[in-house]
Amino acid sequence: MKRKIRLQRGSQDNLRLEEFEVEVEPGMVVLDAIHRIQATEAPDLAVRWNCKAGKCGSCSAEINGSPKLTCMTRLSDYPDDDTLTVQPMKTFPIIKDLVTDVSWNYEVNKKITPYQHTETDGDPIMFQKEVDRVQEFRKCIECFLCQDVCHVLRSHDMKQEFAGPRFMIRNAGLEMHPLDQGNRLDNIRNEDGIGLCNITKCCTFVCPENIEITDNAIIPLKERVVDEYYDPLKWIWNKLTG
Amino acid sequence: MDEFETKKYDVVVVGAGGAGLRAAIAAADYGSKVALVTKSLLGKAHTVMAEGGIAAALGNVDKRDNWKVHFRDTIRGSKNLANWEMAKIHAEKAPERVKELEKWGAVFDRSEEGKISQRNFGGHRYPRLAHVGDRTGLEIIRTLQDYAVHKENIDVFMEFTVTTLLKSKNTVSGVLAYNRSSGNFKVFESGAVILATGGIGKAYRVTSNSWEYTGDGHALAHLAGADLIDMEFVQFHPTGMVWPPSVKGTLVTEGVRGEGGILINSEGKRFMFDYIPEVFAAETAKTEEEADAWLKGEEGAMRPPELLTRDVVARAIMAEVKEGRGSPHGGAFLDIASRQPADYIQRKLPSMYHQFKELATLDITKEPMEVGPTTHYMMGGIKVEAGTAASTVGGLYAAGEAAAGMHGANRLGGNSLSDLLVFGKIAGQSASNYAQKNAHTSPHGDEIKRGIDDALKPFEDGTENPYAIHEELQEVMEAHAGIVRTGEGLEKGIQKLEKIRKKLPNLHAKGDRKYNPGWHLCLDLNNMIITSLALANAALERKESRGAHTRLDYPNYDDDLGKVNMIIRPSPEGLSVIKSPLSKMPDDLNDYVLQEAI
Repeated sequence: MKRKIRLQRGSQDNLRLEEFEVEVEPGMVVLDAIHRIQATEAPDLAVRWNCKAGKCGSCSAEINGSPKLTCMTRLSDYPDDDTLTVQPMKTFPIIKDLVTDVSWNYEVNKKITPYQHTETDGDPIMFQKEVDRVQEFRKCIECFLCQDVCHVLRSHDMKQEFAGPRFMIRNAGLEMHPLDQGNRLDNIRNEDGIGLCNITKCCTFVCPENIEITDNAIIPLKERVVDEYYDPLKWIWNKLTG
Repeated sequence: MDEFETKKYDVVVVGAGGAGLRAAIAAADYGSKVALVTKSLLGKAHTVMAEGGIAAALGNVDKRDNWKVHFRDTIRGSKNLANWEMAKIHAEKAPERVKELEKWGAVFDRSEEGKISQRNFGGHRYPRLAHVGDRTGLEIIRTLQDYAVHKENIDVFMEFTVTTLLKSKNTVSGVLAYNRSSGNFKVFESGAVILATGGIGKAYRVTSNSWEYTGDGHALAHLAGADLIDMEFVQFHPTGMVWPPSVKGTLVTEGVRGEGGILINSEGKRFMFDYIPEVFAAETAKTEEEADAWLKGEEGAMRPPELLTRDVVARAIMAEVKEGRGSPHGGAFLDIASRQPADYIQRKLPSMYHQFKELATLDITKEPMEVGPTTHYMMGGIKVEAGTAASTVGGLYAAGEAAAGMHGANRLGGNSLSDLLVFGKIAGQSASNYAQKNAHTSPHGDEIKRGIDDALKPFEDGTENPYAIHEELQEVMEAHAGIVRTGEGLEKGIQKLEKIRKKLPNLHAKGDRKYNPGWHLCLDLNNMIITSLALANAALERKESRGAHTRLDYPNYDDDLGKVNMIIRPSPEGLSVIKSPLSKMPDDLNDYVLQEAI
């Protein structure tokens, strides 16, 4: 069976959609179709990928407008006669075709206060129950789909003011680590701009690792910030959430 | 000549997986200015795909464990071909490296007492693998990455590919690399270079490896005159996915068997009991009752045969398929559903659950998986000195999968992640010392020019499609240098590889230099052909079956060959294979390794 797929090609100055027809086999994912096009028709087609098993977060793109990992999205999820459209993540500058410049994320990460260990006599003792929630955040594969879909970054391009969901869970993973001594609340409030998130949960919906970004990371961090700074919002917040 | 930038460093680390990151951290700790050059984005290297765990004799779950038992398991698993000094350093230092990660923020799964938990794995006598569910590699790479980016004297160059190792006066003087995004060249001038480039799996069609695994470090070292060893030993992991076709080869962690999973053939028989080698007989369960006692955690119970070493299990699955007892898509059934409760499976093997659900529409808590062997890991690589990770070329170091010696003829699961950290650190420290002690010479302009001209050649008037040539190479390796080999088959394979090599100067890259995967593949093919030829020639010369190397025409061990490594060295004809005697293990350690059961 053949199916049609449209790929966004080119760099900033010559963006275009090109349509291809691909022979489809059982179980094929969108990335397989892209590779087939690359091997046969468009050898210079740029796409980023590594593990092809949903573990590295390299192959993020927008399929029919939804942010997804192309290696974990099966062609059979869409009707056979539907022409799929694959475009690069919109929030980041395009390098070429499906590849975007995500280096901003790496710059944000550098500014986060790293883990600061509490020295213990003997081996550190932490119980599974205490680390479960930290481990949830540490499942993040840095696909940056949450950054892509976050309207603070996507629609308002506030990359200078807001670190984005990815780095809220990074902060949460550090702040909730039983043996971490760092204090990041000031940074989370000011540099990382947690107040800009208005909890629309778009990030949570697109997370391929099913991390409860909003409920388990961002909201608790917001609460900690509010508690720390006696913000008048705390009063309203308490009213709203009971 | 094409323009290029030059940057000066003390140490250049090529590759940013576990070994490269740990090496960069160590070199920086010892006072060097470090460039970390990586083909992908930071945090995406192959380490991220490691699933089951990291082997270290912490003794948290079974107090009988210690470095000596780990050492013994490693040597036995290697079929006595590992470099004993490396295996000893590795077993001694692995616990320190794991604990260090915890101090850097890694969050391993916990034991009942709140310490790092450890799970069972193939070939390890006691539960030894520190883990995080089935995403241990991600935890390790992210911990190292987040630690390294806060070090001031490490500069990271993402999506840069090294094409040439530069040398002056027979010692290394830096590397030439291109930036994937722009296609522009950069010279990294340095006193020492560490190759931590990973493996070669992309030379095979069915593989768990990503596009990066094209033997770059192996080829760069070979072209620079360094020795490679053990190139005949490629690990075929027994459990890759076999269905649907698009995911054939994707890894299914050994953790499934570590958590109690069993292998079954189409007749419903648990067949691994029929494949227990003599050397492991004293420590392996002979009946289902004995094996179930182990699953229940009974003291002194013998290990189930599914946890024999990977070479043994992979061959057993192949044999069952050949005898007509395979699963519908040519593998075996791997069953965890009937062995553990669904919520336990989801907690301990979350990414396996997810992977099968999404990619194969199969619920592993309800049904057995279908699995078969997949190219997974290269035991062979750059010959290094055990205590320093130095190659045979001055100023050139190697660590991780690109280096060799640690695993001999077969690697135990979990011993790679620990290898990365132990020898990554050693390489970083030694390279740093070397760079600071030795006067450094700048690379020659003509060498750089030649490197750039060679790299740009595919844009000239060639006609061969690199994707087609790559497929051809994979077919040859699969057919002639796969899991079972013969002398005749290897000879034919070598002839075919030579033919492919002759086509490489005629490769064509369409389009321009900006983020052009077709061009990148043209360059990667040069590395794949070098490593494939090295592999096939070493395999032809090893006229015995040992560990991962199975020769149908020589099905048994050969005692004399069991005492040598095959060295691949550049020669006027291309390469030569030289037999090099293993260094002798001290008697007390040797006696300990030889004890039938402990």
